[in-house]
Amino acid sequence: MAFTYSEKVMDHFANPRNVGEIENADGVGEVGNSKCGDIMKMYLKVDGNTITDVKFKTFGCGAAIATSSMATELIKGKTIDEALKLTNKAVMEALDGLPPVKVHCSVLAEEAIKSAVSDYYRKQGVDPEPIVGKIEEHEH
Amino acid sequence: MREIYADNAATTKLSPVVLEKMMPYLTEVYGNPSSLYGIGQTAKKAVEDARANIAKNIGAANPSEIYFTSGGSESDNWALKGVCRRLKKRGKNHIITSKFEHHAILHTCKALEKEGFEVTYLDVYENGIVRPEDVEKAIRPETAMVTIMYANNEIGTIQPIEEIGKICREKKVLFHTDAVQAAGYCRINVSEQNIDLLSMTAHKIHGPKGCGLLYVRKGILIDNLIEGGAQERNKRAGTENIAGIVGLDAALQIAVDTMDERNKKLEKLRDKLIDGLLKIPRSRINGDRKHRLPNNVNMCFEGIEGESLLLRLEFKGISASSGSACTSGSLDPSHVLLAIGLPHEIAHGSTRMTFDETTTEEDIDYILSVVPEIVKTLRDMSPLWESIIKGEKNDAKFIK
Repeated sequence: MAFTYSEKVMDHFANPRNVGEIENADGVGEVGNSKCGDIMKMYLKVDGNTITDVKFKTFGCGAAIATSSMATELIKGKTIDEALKLTNKAVMEALDGLPPVKVHCSVLAEEAIKSAVSDYYRKQGVDPEPIVGKIEEHEH
Repeated sequence: MREIYADNAATTKLSPVVLEKMMPYLTEVYGNPSSLYGIGQTAKKAVEDARANIAKNIGAANPSEIYFTSGGSESDNWALKGVCRRLKKRGKNHIITSKFEHHAILHTCKALEKEGFEVTYLDVYENGIVRPEDVEKAIRPETAMVTIMYANNEIGTIQPIEEIGKICREKKVLFHTDAVQAAGYCRINVSEQNIDLLSMTAHKIHGPKGCGLLYVRKGILIDNLIEGGAQERNKRAGTENIAGIVGLDAALQIAVDTMDERNKKLEKLRDKLIDGLLKIPRSRINGDRKHRLPNNVNMCFEGIEGESLLLRLEFKGISASSGSACTSGSLDPSHVLLAIGLPHEIAHGSTRMTFDETTTEEDIDYILSVVPEIVKTLRDMSPLWESIIKGEKNDAKFIK
């Protein structure tokens, strides 16, 4: 089973970066549902336009945990605009690929970021939809 | 680090004794049993000796009732398609099975539904056991066959085969059982248990992969699944897998000879592991504890997902399995766990450990020493666990 994952996926699964919660986070997003077997929750701390801290909690398979971990690494210290440009493909590439049945995990990671950013905008009194787009309820 | 193979329900290690019996047929006795010269006839004798001994070991009246196949899946396919298609011509187009059969049965049933069969999928209740009275109620005049597995491959629950066999015999309906997981752990006597057809495979009992059998009671008409030469009395074409057949016989003989003592030892280890793992809060054992294969432990730990648990078990040297979506490549949780009524999110967090006679008490102690920590690590990073402990989600009906 493990051999279908790249070394990077296994590394991020075994030693996930940025696990946890942020108290008084500026943005919190949760995507997925337990019925599908994946839930990702992402917390953002934003200063000005920069994501100064990010944490996650994930219920899911090895790929779900690894993609969450990698996604947090990729947006930490970046601007919100940069974070919104992060695609699931970029997360996958950073992990040296995912098995085809696990691609949905990277989609979930991208959506978790967008969901957290949307929450940040809402807290700022800004309608997120024109900026972030509509986050669809994920159906597997 | 300790290495523990805990996936004997998936496959087993080939026994060195079995391999030794197979070796001549992989080397010098390479003849085709259909040939008339020496090494061909020696090979033929090996096949027929194995057939006779296997017949004795499963309580078959006659060796000619044993047909060698490539394994459990072929046997299941053949039993259902070969017999039911024939009976359909006489108006019998109904099959009774259970919701948690192996896919070799369930997918064959689905294929037969497309040919016009009607299939009743019996409930297995929360304990994972088919009720004989449900079988009786489901039988109709047009029922061609009842097929219920002897023991479930995921949760190890043992089915009331003898009672079902008796009902089927009284109602004059054919009874097939997939005994792939039960063989070597449960007594099999097709005559006393009123079993009309039975599937078995070698590789689950320390025999080789690629060889199994279908027992077909004398007098039952079965269409061929594989056409070709005249092997297996014209019923199953293809040059015999001599070494495999010899290996199947040797493995079954050892399993039968050692069954009682081995079962006793395994039951003790199994119960120790289950009791120990149940100390983890919000965990559950899946399937009846008593009517259960002696080597099967199947647990759910709420708030975590099965594959993550498996990967972390692997880091600790433990090879286990999960019924979870991710390993099978499908996103649905185990059909077996859904059949016993578990909600999806709990069914996603299952792990199965299946042992053999080489498993020691130290192995069990080791597993008990690592699992609670793994579960805690994964729960600490699980938003589902967070909502469970906050009381936002409660499946107390399933998990205590």
